[in-house]
Amino acid sequence: MGMTIAEKIIAAAAGVDSVKPGDIHTVKLDRLMSNDGTTHLTVDMYNNKLKNPHIADTSKLVFIVDHNVPSDSPKTAASQKKMRDFAKENNIDFWEGKGVCHQVMIENYVRPGELIFGADSHTCSYGALGAFGTGVGCTDFLYGMVTGTSWVLVPESVKFNLVGKLPEGVYARDLILTIIGEIGANGCNYQAMEFTGEGAKTLSISDRMALCNMAVEAGAKTGIFEADEKAIEYLKEHGREPKAVFHSDPDAIYAREYTFDLSKVRPVVAKPDFVDNVVPAEETCGIEINEAFLGSCNNGRIEDLRVGAEIIKGRKVAEGVRFLVVPASQTIYRQALKEGLIDTFMDAGAIVMNPNCSVCWGSCQGVIGENEVLISTGTRNFKGRAGHPSSKVYLGSAATVTASAIAGKIALASEV
Amino acid sequence: MEKFTGKVWVLGDDIDTDIIIPTEYLALKTIDDMKQYGFCPLRPELAGQIQPGDIIVAGKNFGCGSSREQAPEIIKALGIQCVIAKSFARIFFRNSINNGLLLIEQPNLHDDIKEGDEITVVMNEHVDYNGKQYPIASLPENLMSIIQAGGLVKAMRKLNGLD
Repeated sequence: MGMTIAEKIIAAAAGVDSVKPGDIHTVKLDRLMSNDGTTHLTVDMYNNKLKNPHIADTSKLVFIVDHNVPSDSPKTAASQKKMRDFAKENNIDFWEGKGVCHQVMIENYVRPGELIFGADSHTCSYGALGAFGTGVGCTDFLYGMVTGTSWVLVPESVKFNLVGKLPEGVYARDLILTIIGEIGANGCNYQAMEFTGEGAKTLSISDRMALCNMAVEAGAKTGIFEADEKAIEYLKEHGREPKAVFHSDPDAIYAREYTFDLSKVRPVVAKPDFVDNVVPAEETCGIEINEAFLGSCNNGRIEDLRVGAEIIKGRKVAEGVRFLVVPASQTIYRQALKEGLIDTFMDAGAIVMNPNCSVCWGSCQGVIGENEVLISTGTRNFKGRAGHPSSKVYLGSAATVTASAIAGKIALASEV
Repeated sequence: MEKFTGKVWVLGDDIDTDIIIPTEYLALKTIDDMKQYGFCPLRPELAGQIQPGDIIVAGKNFGCGSSREQAPEIIKALGIQCVIAKSFARIFFRNSINNGLLLIEQPNLHDDIKEGDEITVVMNEHVDYNGKQYPIASLPENLMSIIQAGGLVKAMRKLNGLD
C-alpha cells in the first residue's frame, strides 16, 4: 500500500518499512525545540522529578527565547535565567532575541524528511521544507529530551490539491484563512494536511510557512509540502542538505481531498473570536481599530514587510492608532534595513520592534486594553488572546493590516 | 476508577487554551496560584465554584490552541475528575494524558445535559444521565496506565527505570 509524505517520515523515524494511520509507533526524534513559554517547566521537572536525569543527545536540542524577549518582569527574567543556565550547563544550542522560534528553526535547522517535536503549537510550520514538525507540551518534550524518542499515532493525511496562482494583492495568508474558514477550526483534527498540486509549486517558502504554520488552527498534527526544487534551493542558500526527500505515492490513501483554485482566493479576515470565523475582507471594512500588528511566525517575513512597506510608503499611520512592525528574525530585520523598509515604516509613524512573538501571544509587547480592537497578521484571535477579555482581534494579511493602520479602520489595500 | 459520579459544568464549542488559562497569568509561580483564573475570560466565577469531583461537559474541539501544559494542569488542580467533550484538540489531548487528566469523547451528551445535574461515568462503557446511557470508547491500555500513574513523568520513571 502506498504512503503519504507524513507516513514515510514516521516510518523512517520508527525504523520500519511502512506505517498506516492509527498505528502507534515509537519514533526516534531528529530534533527537539523548546522556547521560553515552557522551558523553565521542563527544566524544573528534569531537576526535581527525575532521580537520575540525563539527556539522550544534547546536539538535537534547541532552546529559543522568543516569547518574552527582552524580558518584561522579574518573573520572566528568572524563568529565562533558568533556561539560559540549563542550556549552558548541558551544551544546548541557545538563541535569545534572534527571532521567533519557528523562523529561527527554518533558517538554521529544519531539513526535509526530519521528524521534529517542538514545545509550541506552531511547530507544524516545518512542513514548508518537507519536515514533519508537531507541537507538544513540556512533559512530552521532557520525555523526548531524556529518551531521544516519543510515541506517535500515525495521522491520516488530507490532501489539499492547489491549482492556479494567487492573484495580485492576494496572499498565502488569505489562502490559509480561506481554507480554515471552509473546513473549520477542527476540520483536520489529528490529521496531516498535505499541500500539493501545481498551485503549491507557485508558492514561495515564505508562503508555504504561512500555510503550514496555521495547520494547527484547523486542528492538524502537521502541515506539509513535498520538498521540491524551491525547498532544496532554500536549503542550499542556508548551507544545509536534506535528510531525505519523500514523495507521496500515487496510491497513497487520503482521508479526504480538497481542491482550492488559488486564482479565486480573495482578501479575507477572520473575525473574533475564532480562526474559522472567516469572511470576505470587505464585510469588515470600516470597523475602527486601535492597533495593527505586522509580524509573527505566520507573517513576519521579508516578503510580508515588503508588502506592508509598499502600501505605507509616503503615507501615515492614522492618528491614535499604534502600528507595530515586528520582523520575525534578525536576519529579516537586517534585510529590511538594507532595503530601506524600516525607514519607510518609521517615516509613516510605525513602532518597529525587535524580533519576538509580541502581541500575537498577548504578552510582553503591544497588549491591548478594555474594548480595544486589533487587526493582526498573528496566528490567533481567541477571546482575550491579545489582552483584555473584552478586546477583539481580527486576522488579515500584511496588506489588509497595513491598509487598516493607515485608515484607522479595517480597510482593503486597494482602497487606501 | 471504574465508576464515578460527579456534578456537571457545561461549556460550549472551541474552548481554547487562552480561555482555560490566559497568557497574562502564565507567569504566576505555581499552578495553585494560577488555578483561580481558570476559564476567567469566559466565566470569571467558574473556578471559584468548581468542587473536587466535578465534571466538565463541553462541545467540539475542547482545548484548541496553544501547547501550554498549564491548561490541563489547572483543570486537574481545580479538582475536575474528567472532561467529556464531543472532540478534543490533539496537543491538549496528549498534554492531559501526560498530566493524568482523564478525557472522554462523547458526541451526544453535550446536546442533552443541563448544568448542575449529576452524571455517572462507567469507564470504557458509557455515561449514565437522566435514565439514558451514552456509549463511550475504551481508552487504550497504554494511555490508561499513564493516567493511572498520575501522568507521563511518573509513568516514565517506571518504564525507563529512571527511579
